[in-house]
Amino acid sequence: MDFNTTDEQTMLRDTVSRYLADTYSFDARMKTVHSGAGWNPAVWKAFAEELGILGAPFAEAHGGLGGGAIENMIVMEEFGRALVIEPYLPTVVIAGGALKATGGALADAVIPEIIAGNAIIAFAYAEPQGRYNLADLRTTAKKDGGGYVLNGHKSVVYSAPYATHLLVTARTGGSQRETAGVSLFLIPADTKGVVRRDYPTVDGSAASEIYFENAAIGADMLIGAEGEAFALVEQIVDEATAAVCAEACGVTRVLHATTLDYAKQRKQFGKAIGEFQVIQHRLVDMFMEVEQAVSITLMATLKLDTAERAQAVSAAKSKVGKACKFTGQNAVQIHGGIGISNELAVGHYFKRSTMIESQFGSVDHHLRRYERISIG
Amino acid sequence: MDLNFSAEDVAFRDEVRSFIKDSYPASLNGKIDEGEELSKEDFLSWHKVLAKKGWIAPAWPTQYGGTGWTSVQRYIWSEETARADAVRLMPFGLSMVGPVIYTFGTPEQKERFLPGILSGDVWWCQGYSEPGAGSDLANLRTKAERFTGDDGKEYYRVNGQKTWTTMAQHADWGFFLVRTDATVKAQEGISFLLIDMKSPGITVRPIITLGGEHEVNEVWLEDVIVPVDQRIHEENKGWTCAKFLLAHERTGIAGVASSKRGVERIKNIARAELDEGEALLANPFFKRKIAELEVDLSALEFTELRTLAGESSGKGPGPESSLLKIKGTEIQQRITELALEAAGHYGAPYYRGFGEGDNEHPIGPDYSHRTAPTYFNMRKTSIYGGSNEIQRNIIAKMVLGL
Repeated sequence: MDFNTTDEQTMLRDTVSRYLADTYSFDARMKTVHSGAGWNPAVWKAFAEELGILGAPFAEAHGGLGGGAIENMIVMEEFGRALVIEPYLPTVVIAGGALKATGGALADAVIPEIIAGNAIIAFAYAEPQGRYNLADLRTTAKKDGGGYVLNGHKSVVYSAPYATHLLVTARTGGSQRETAGVSLFLIPADTKGVVRRDYPTVDGSAASEIYFENAAIGADMLIGAEGEAFALVEQIVDEATAAVCAEACGVTRVLHATTLDYAKQRKQFGKAIGEFQVIQHRLVDMFMEVEQAVSITLMATLKLDTAERAQAVSAAKSKVGKACKFTGQNAVQIHGGIGISNELAVGHYFKRSTMIESQFGSVDHHLRRYERISIG
Repeated sequence: MDLNFSAEDVAFRDEVRSFIKDSYPASLNGKIDEGEELSKEDFLSWHKVLAKKGWIAPAWPTQYGGTGWTSVQRYIWSEETARADAVRLMPFGLSMVGPVIYTFGTPEQKERFLPGILSGDVWWCQGYSEPGAGSDLANLRTKAERFTGDDGKEYYRVNGQKTWTTMAQHADWGFFLVRTDATVKAQEGISFLLIDMKSPGITVRPIITLGGEHEVNEVWLEDVIVPVDQRIHEENKGWTCAKFLLAHERTGIAGVASSKRGVERIKNIARAELDEGEALLANPFFKRKIAELEVDLSALEFTELRTLAGESSGKGPGPESSLLKIKGTEIQQRITELALEAAGHYGAPYYRGFGEGDNEHPIGPDYSHRTAPTYFNMRKTSIYGGSNEIQRNIIAKMVLGL
């Protein structure tokens, strides 16, 4: 049992945090957000070429740094601190994770492109009726000649407006919520019959509704075996969930630190509001929520490759979701009126923490999943 | 980072497990699981087994009798003793005054007092709180006046009243915070004295708590004579010892391992209890409370592991351990709340009033008998050792700089 990071991991954290401190200021981020593009390609290029972090969790044989879940945790926590909107999560953690897990020619072709910063992959898995059930799919992939034809509607696909590829879950068999019959495809974003409606999200990113209208795709775009991808989808979503928990640790740490600073400076009734015990204890409660979130995220990350993966991830996400709400709401409350203005960074951290609460499943969803595994 | 135990740690765990299996006193079996009140002999029988083995003080430096275990081994030890439902060891000597003596005491004091703590031959109690000094501990009034005795030696004459003194009825010795200078700032006029509880002028009176237990006492001191060589650290430096002791006390206070056993016990009760014809554990509302409790306990466990990892890399227990105290005691209390809730009707019958020998018609299931008294009793955890509000003040000041 060992909780220390390796020298390489410490270096990775330092590299990312230094780069973001130097270049990814709140103002710079807001400029990107207001551009409407949903990302800054120059930042992505720097991630690939200057920092080399897009290869963090990939094998050296693919040109990566030979890391894994812990490297993703480190990068995502730092991204959370700076509210990074560039698509590390869908591209590297999720699509990269799926390709790493299955290997083969597709992985050999695409992983180097991810590492080089050329492939931007969005994850089209949610559907309007499905809420957080990964198997609740109406999107179909029908066999047609040598390939498949996709039809259906995918909801709120983050990063889709500027993605080069889409990672898509679709039904090749089975009924609507059955786990059998789920397949996973990696398709070019400009495939004919893929119709997008793009929009900004409340937390500063860009996303799309995606409609597949008889989109014809090749059989070589299938990841894993036809109709047997559910376990893989569950695995990559668990890995992604652990990664957003890490992002949330960064977001909530900043929410707490910013609010603490503010409480030391803001004067009312002739003294800093941080001198009032009611504010002090609220800040302590926020501190404890953040520390507990960090602890349980570490647990989930360290258990991703074990039989306890699903239980640990759902435990973590339920706890982290509560921490996001608690620190976000109290950060705004302690800031008072200025907390609800769009001018200050704190409000934008609150928006991101609020979206993380339900990303890949709400507190209720994950507690129910945890119960099914732990209690029955 | 790695969650797996090394081969050495697995071997250590197996050694610990078989040692407990072979050496745990048979007279104590089942006493913890059924929540029985423990006698002095119960506590000491396990203490003496561990003292003989040399495993009584894992947290102590080896030169004073510690085991030299790594933080992982200490974690394994607490997991395994909780798993075996072993009785807890009284903390007053081992976790409280012992570390103060080996940290601040003179060589003579170490030689005089440490062996009795390790062997269990001397039972200690803690004289801190007073009627007017609870959370505001530095406001204590018990007065120690220095004088030269007829024999030419230096003494203190101690007068005052202590309260909430746990297990003082069994104690051979006590460690006391007393005021030696009333003219300076409250914290700067306090000294740390070791007092023989058989000294003339000491009176111990029981306080019976909500569950009917006699755990705590009032201790009156009237002209108690204490030689100055029983003072630890310098005169008026007692507050330093008190703060050190509080930080030490808090690290073990999370109680993660025993709370894990507590959750298992509630789940067993909730499997046995019926609700609408099904196990109570199938009730979605009750189940949700258990799930949230388990999740919170996992978070606490990893917070403790992070703290231990920090300690093994050289950081001593710091003010962050207040977090372990707050969250640990909240969880301990939730466990007792849920046990009482699960017991339903049979939370009400008071086991101390049950007649003897009527085995044909037991009153409710065994597991329910002590759920209410335990619930009442455990309200103490968020009050003792520095109330949870005081712990928040400590974090606010020491961690957040407020």
